[in-house]
Amino acid sequence: MRRQHTIVTALALALLAGAWSACSPQGDEIVVGEYGSLTGGTATFGTSTHEGVLLALKKINDAGGVLGKQVRVVTEDDQSKPEEAVTAVLKLVKQNQVVAVVGEVASSRSLAAAPVCQSSKIPMLSSASTNPKVTQVGDFIFRACFIDPFQGSTMAKFAVNTLKAHKFAILTDNKNDYSVGLTQFFRETVKKLGGEIVVEESYAEGDIEFKAQLTSIKAAQPDAIYVPGYYTECALIARQAHELGLTATLLGGDGWDSPKTTEIGGKAVEGVYFTNHYSAEEQRPEVQQFLKEYREAYKGKTPDAMAVLGYDAMSMMADALRRAGSTDGTQIRDALAATKDFPGVSGRITIDKDRNAQKAIVVLKIENGAFHFVESIAP
Amino acid sequence: MDQFIQQLINGLSWGAIYALIALGYTMVYGVLRLINFAHGDVYMVGAMMAYYIAHWLGFAVAPSAAGFVIVMVLSMTACALLGALIELVAYRRLRSQPRSSMLITAIGVSMLLEFGGQRVFGPDPKFFPQLIESHSLFRAGSVVMTNIDALVIVVSLALMIGLRWIVMKTRVGMALRAVSFSYDAAALMGIDVNRVLTLTFMLGSALAAAAGTMVGLRNPKIDPLMGLMPGVKAFVAAVLGGIGNFPGAVVGGLLMGLTETFVSAYLSSTYRDAVAFVILIGVLLVKPTGLFGRVTVEKV
Repeated sequence: MRRQHTIVTALALALLAGAWSACSPQGDEIVVGEYGSLTGGTATFGTSTHEGVLLALKKINDAGGVLGKQVRVVTEDDQSKPEEAVTAVLKLVKQNQVVAVVGEVASSRSLAAAPVCQSSKIPMLSSASTNPKVTQVGDFIFRACFIDPFQGSTMAKFAVNTLKAHKFAILTDNKNDYSVGLTQFFRETVKKLGGEIVVEESYAEGDIEFKAQLTSIKAAQPDAIYVPGYYTECALIARQAHELGLTATLLGGDGWDSPKTTEIGGKAVEGVYFTNHYSAEEQRPEVQQFLKEYREAYKGKTPDAMAVLGYDAMSMMADALRRAGSTDGTQIRDALAATKDFPGVSGRITIDKDRNAQKAIVVLKIENGAFHFVESIAP
Repeated sequence: MDQFIQQLINGLSWGAIYALIALGYTMVYGVLRLINFAHGDVYMVGAMMAYYIAHWLGFAVAPSAAGFVIVMVLSMTACALLGALIELVAYRRLRSQPRSSMLITAIGVSMLLEFGGQRVFGPDPKFFPQLIESHSLFRAGSVVMTNIDALVIVVSLALMIGLRWIVMKTRVGMALRAVSFSYDAAALMGIDVNRVLTLTFMLGSALAAAAGTMVGLRNPKIDPLMGLMPGVKAFVAAVLGGIGNFPGAVVGGLLMGLTETFVSAYLSSTYRDAVAFVILIGVLLVKPTGLFGRVTVEKV
């Protein structure tokens, strides 16, 4: 009995010691958390973002870090699943005691994890979640990208005004907040501009067979089809549309931005237009400088928008830490909220009163298997 | 009208794949009275095997019809061995145990393949190489049939005829039918039941691998959990046709593919997955033996 007691005490002490050491990782470094889809359905989003974050981190630390300390990033993989995103952020906040969190790309995952950050008063800066609901979770949640109303309505304006399309079909991913959001704003703007939505169809994330919906769309003879979704499904949709002989122009959002789009889509994605955060063909010095550094770091690879936004998010976070002059959550939050004209790679970023980034949007076209800059549209 | 015919083609080509998988369910059920829940995952392994074989043999960069045939046959062989292994390791020892033990093991094998697959193949989707470039075979009005759709239908048909030939015309086929008729009587007549069961698993798994390879070609995105839904759908197809009945599985599979396509086309794709379960419940309520099933009298 006596002996058992000793063991229990020893165990309790060991646990306490463990808890103590977990409480104070912030010695000579500042720990920032990152969570993203390093594996799973949208793995390229997460890995690209992570590469951008690491590049920014290197630059920050080479320049002496912030507040006289080096910055360390702890990264958690959420396997492209919202429920894993919650676990990942809980781990970052409770176990790693991070001062701030960068991520996620997907709106559905950001929406799942944001309440954790909000209730722990840890600022979260999503790199690429465009659904308006994300920052509405609370005053600790920010984003480094534009929002869906802007993206959806810009594509509608571009299609009606520049492409002179009049009859539209929409193919929405019903399971995805992002896709549903874009569809809503695209539809509203098209109607406002006098265009017509002739048919609306839907699918669910993970589907591989879309021919039934595409056949119905074909029968309605639209000029263009808006497919706001993620690249794995969108590229398959483009293929099957091509196989069915659909000639209408395909339009998409930033979910199309992945090297896999052209790999899976091949010829079928030629002539697709989509809205995005940046184009490698833009001549702004920030873009060209970033391209050079990224190619040096990652064997000549051209960064996609997710890498750019990961880089911008990490840089913005470091900038906010510097201006806050402290690692206190509330002070970092106030500094982030005061971000004005930050020279990001994806444009000059100003955080508005709803904690969204205000900046220009670009339209890209896929030609000869590459993404080409068409135009830049200011908010 | 054009639209209807197009949907018919879409549905048939998709249904042929369900039919191939459903045959595996039906065969195993016929001889062992077991619903082999791991079957859908064998289909996934088939697609994965085809992916790796195509890359190893270099057909991924140099597409050709011969390459497709070789890849499919090798993938079918690999999965036939996997099927035999599953039977040997997971089911053989449990055969004399209550039937529910085997059912639980089947679910275990299914999960092993799914999550083991995530470990081995990686959890992210892979792009299946284009062994045959897709182009439209014929165009009538706005109706298009691609060479891939035609290939899926023709290859499925050929495999089904081949299976029928094995079952009806060969000695092992006769043994298989005998075992499915009466397990004990067949054993008494000197049939090596173990061999017959191994063969059944091998045949069923090979068909699933063929289905996996063709889905890879038709819808080139494969991942370790891809077998989940098609597995369930093919199971429903087998029940719809009358589980244990070969022509039933084929008809059930085709009906399943057509129903899904028409539901997505004329109602909403939201109900696409739900319709499978509605059919399952409907069949079980109205005619539990399925379309082609015979009523068997349970002897006490």
